[in-house]
Amino acid sequence: MVEWTDAERKAIKAVWGKINVDVTGAQALARCLIVYPWTQRYFGSFGSLSDPASILGNKKVAAHGKVVLNGLGKAVQNMDNIKSTYAPLSVLHSEKLHVDPDNFRLLGDCLTIVVASQLGRAFTPDIQAAWQKFLAVAVSALGKQYH
Amino acid sequence: MLSALFYFLLFFFFFFKALFVYKYILLVPRGLIMLSNTEKELIIQIWDKMIPVAEEIGSEALLRMFTSFPKTKTYFSHLDISPHSEHLRCHGKKIIQALAEGARNISTLTTTLAPLSRFHAYQLRIHPTNFKLFNHCIIVTLACHMGDNFTPVAHAAIDKFLSAFSAVLAEKFR
Repeated sequence: MVEWTDAERKAIKAVWGKINVDVTGAQALARCLIVYPWTQRYFGSFGSLSDPASILGNKKVAAHGKVVLNGLGKAVQNMDNIKSTYAPLSVLHSEKLHVDPDNFRLLGDCLTIVVASQLGRAFTPDIQAAWQKFLAVAVSALGKQYH
Repeated sequence: MLSALFYFLLFFFFFFKALFVYKYILLVPRGLIMLSNTEKELIIQIWDKMIPVAEEIGSEALLRMFTSFPKTKTYFSHLDISPHSEHLRCHGKKIIQALAEGARNISTLTTTLAPLSRFHAYQLRIHPTNFKLFNHCIIVTLACHMGDNFTPVAHAAIDKFLSAFSAVLAEKFR
């Protein structure tokens, strides 16, 4: 069971409250596809991903970014049982999508960078630490059902 | 005679093609890192902006790393690394200055960083995973300070540069 301090809960809800779920997800996914191009292997049906401009303008990437971030929202709403909340999602990513779970951490890192550039100085070291812990838990839960 | 000419032309074609590609390739131990000229310029531009605020950026990156990844503090028991401490600011400044120098000498990273590389291998003996953690915190710091100017393309260039830099620092580890 993950233990969250009051400060950590507050920090994570505060960050979540400040980000625009529709836009941030799209930016994070696009950034991941640009900075770590091998992640494009999972998006063959998305059309042109040949250069940063086409990735940033790709409507399917934007739509999927929104889906992913809404998924993270489920973890924010269920911080005390992220593992069970994510069990079906984990099965989906393993059995159907066949995603290498190491890539979840990369997407998490890109999301952190987007949040950092949006929040600026408000993304303090302490808030970052709580956010990193939260993402680590979410990433671990997503990888739990792989076998 | 004609086949000799053919092979001669073929040779030159591939020779010049290789030369053309070579200037884009930064050869780093443990693999190739492709940095285009645009990316190299972006990297220099960004680090030039960081030099006047080296203390601020460096100490912030270190503080972020110590707060998010407490195990990294084990390498600093000999320093006072509390927020805003003299040691933290001084050490942060040194690191940013070393990165800026690396940025200006990307094609000769191995020779430029040789003394630092020996130091990290034989004296500091840092577990290699920590380089990735610190690189991540440097990038978070840049994002906080540059906002929208830290574009995905700039992010990719800096990420690649920091990977190459860390690879050189770790190359003498074993």
